[in-house]
Amino acid sequence: MATKASRAAARMMISPAVLLLLGWMIVPLVLTVYFSFLRYNLITPSGNPFVGSENYYWFVTDPSFEEAMINTLLLVGGVLLITVIGGILLALLLDRPMFGQGIIRVMVIAPFFVMPTVSALVWKNMFMNPVNGIFGRIATGLGFEAIDFFGQIPLTSIIVIVSWQWLPFATLILFTALQSLDQEQIEAAEMDGANRLSRFWHIMLPHLSRAITVVILIQTIFLLSIFAEILVTTNGGPGTATTNLTYLIYVSSLLQFDVGMGSAGGVIAIILANIVAIFLMRMIGKNLDA
Amino acid sequence: MGQITLKQVSKNFDELTVIPPLNLQIEDGEFVVFVGPSGCGKSTLLRLIAGLEDVTEGAIFIDGQDATTLPPAKRGLAMVFQSYALYPHMTVRKNIAFPLRMAGLEKAEQDKRIESAAKALNLTDYLDRKPSQLSGGQRQRVAIGRAIVREPKAFLFDEPLSNLDAALRVGMRLEISELHKRLATTMIYVTHDQVEAMTMADKIVVINAGVIEQVGSPLELYRAPKNLFVAGFIGSPKMNFIEGERASEHGAHTIGIRPEHIDVSENEGRWKGTVGLSEHLGSDTFFHIQDSSLQRQVTVRVSGEVGFAQGDTIYMTPRPNMIHKFDSKGDRIQ
Amino acid sequence: MARAVTSSVKITNTIIAGLFGSLLFFPILWILILSFKTEEDAIRAPLEILFSSGWTLESFSTVQARSDYLKHFSNSVIISLGSTFLGLLVAVPAAWSMAFVPAKRTKNVLMWMLSTKMLPPVGVLVPIYLIFRDLGLLDSRLGLTVVLMLINLPIIIWMLYTYFREIPNEILEAARMDGASLRSEVLYVLTPMAVPGMASTVLLNIILAWNEAFWTLNLTAAQAAPLTAFIASYSSPEGLFYAKLSAASVMAIAPILIMGWFSQKQLVRGLTFGAVK
Repeated sequence: MATKASRAAARMMISPAVLLLLGWMIVPLVLTVYFSFLRYNLITPSGNPFVGSENYYWFVTDPSFEEAMINTLLLVGGVLLITVIGGILLALLLDRPMFGQGIIRVMVIAPFFVMPTVSALVWKNMFMNPVNGIFGRIATGLGFEAIDFFGQIPLTSIIVIVSWQWLPFATLILFTALQSLDQEQIEAAEMDGANRLSRFWHIMLPHLSRAITVVILIQTIFLLSIFAEILVTTNGGPGTATTNLTYLIYVSSLLQFDVGMGSAGGVIAIILANIVAIFLMRMIGKNLDA
Repeated sequence: MGQITLKQVSKNFDELTVIPPLNLQIEDGEFVVFVGPSGCGKSTLLRLIAGLEDVTEGAIFIDGQDATTLPPAKRGLAMVFQSYALYPHMTVRKNIAFPLRMAGLEKAEQDKRIESAAKALNLTDYLDRKPSQLSGGQRQRVAIGRAIVREPKAFLFDEPLSNLDAALRVGMRLEISELHKRLATTMIYVTHDQVEAMTMADKIVVINAGVIEQVGSPLELYRAPKNLFVAGFIGSPKMNFIEGERASEHGAHTIGIRPEHIDVSENEGRWKGTVGLSEHLGSDTFFHIQDSSLQRQVTVRVSGEVGFAQGDTIYMTPRPNMIHKFDSKGDRIQ
Repeated sequence: MARAVTSSVKITNTIIAGLFGSLLFFPILWILILSFKTEEDAIRAPLEILFSSGWTLESFSTVQARSDYLKHFSNSVIISLGSTFLGLLVAVPAAWSMAFVPAKRTKNVLMWMLSTKMLPPVGVLVPIYLIFRDLGLLDSRLGLTVVLMLINLPIIIWMLYTYFREIPNEILEAARMDGASLRSEVLYVLTPMAVPGMASTVLLNIILAWNEAFWTLNLTAAQAAPLTAFIASYSSPEGLFYAKLSAASVMAIAPILIMGWFSQKQLVRGLTFGAVK
């Protein structure tokens, strides 16, 4: 079908999308980079002089930066651990013959569709509240002392909340991948004398490895940007105990109005995300060839 | 009506030459079969005639008119695809009606043609079903029906029977041949199955790597293959090829003898060998014989059930007037 | 498997899976229950709440009265539908041309588009905020709709592309052989076959836009705040009014939970960018 005329028409049809996305990417990005080299604070009018890498220096040497980076790593790592392992187990469970599989699947998927602000608040207030929350009631009911989740282990609490939200995603992806495993491969393994554990380890897991990698990469990209849950539960506190890189930049930009610093932080966040994105793009690219 | 001429037609995909320049003449009303191994370019050739691909060079004439730059819709040809390509969201009736709709035919005329095509193809009961509710054979008929109602100059078939099971295939072969007799319209049929080619064609075009090896009637190709490729392609089981001394005895680089043209005997014959595997069909028996002085096995077909067991000594005599001779380039020696 | 699976195995599996499913689903169930309770009942012991308290709609009405749920609901509707519709307008031609008239560069263009989705929003928070401020787009539904359209555009294009590619080329060729002009081919054959895929894409994108919680929180205030921001206002101390929080939450998530039911398959397709089949 590809004649010269249709190629020209095709180019015309793609251009709005390309132009829009190009604009969306380039304009703000260029500005962010530009601002990152200025001393620019919205509340102190000072002519925005060019200060080279001063912003970067101050951003990175600020003690809260190190804490934010650690928190970011912990958040991403913790959620990944819970969702990938939990996802594999749940996927394996759902793969078995049972009654009402459809309903159970819907129950497992549902948390992903709950908006982050609702998740966070419901968990914080109705489950994790030491006095009235359900966990607290169960604890005191059994004679233990209630854990003050957000007082004692705020970061862990957020990890729990975010894991609850993303577990369905991981489960769904891994379950889909599991379903694509040719049943005959497993039967062949059985004929070859492999027991359940061997079948899982040598056949299912390698088949899933690709899906697991995708889950890890995609979730990482989104988890680096966890924001709403922190905003709505702890505002990054106590202190900077639950501040991740995204939240730190937010504080700098919109609460302290330090455009210069916020932009420097933004550039760092972009570079971080890019590293992960490169790996993900390679995987996608391989699949597009297929 | 339905005369198609290809003059110096060639097709390249990027750098790759899939079809070097070829010439072909198809007469009105002929049933022509393009046959060849997978990837030989027969489907590409069909699609060039259909207009679904552009020729790189050369010209295609339909009924004397230059159709090379005409889009498929304007060439007056109908095509039956390997996967049937039925419109999944339309009923059978609407599927068959579609080309008539595109041609702007009046509703009454459309209905008339649909009814008659449905009757001819036994589809009347299925007119209101959707393709997903039909069996493979029924879908095939719908595809043919959609082609028939257009009353085209020629029908193009792209391996239409490949997706059917064996029994259905034999039945459909007959139906398509009957259709051709009835309509007397040109039909160009692509297949890799030489049995289909031999049983259905008026004229067979044997294609290999984009090159036409031979054009002729089925019997012509059977009796007088022009080269080793055609000789080995037509006829099942394959013709036996023998080189060396036995060939030079006849003044050729290679001789060929079909399995059905070798007589066997327990005690005397020109060649001697040992029976290897044998295949018993009841109607025929195929013996694969290890000839002591040859590297390859010789295949022999005998009518009926003949009792040679594995390991038996057997004597073979090829019928002298059935020996084909080929030179060192693989071409036929007269 | 051709072997018969005994009922007892199935029942065991059902119980275990049902247990985990219920655990995961429990928070949603819980707020559903509590949204129909009075505030006094909502802070009693959980078992008491379940078994010895009455049902009421008063929490829903309180939420609406106190914080104008309907306005925020309509904001969510407008920006979700608006950004999806705008996105379709741009995405359909783009996906169409990439799927049916592919060039050598098509794959790279597609991958580049997907990569724009991987940009962390916080990296462009500053300039977008300032631009919006200067253009008067802060706290405007228009501004938010445009942003959401842009961040979801890659996904819309990607999903449409994959659905278009699944339409067998032979069927389009058959239409051409049947005498259809390009217009007829698109109108009578292509579009009907693409509609299910387009519907799935629309569904998934409404969900993603509805739940978006970065730009909706940072670019809006009283006027344009959708439900994500509306709920955020319940952080403290409002959040301790469990019945109200539940009612507000249920009202915020109900539409999407229903839509989510229908779009599980699309989720895999849309959010893994085809890296998982």
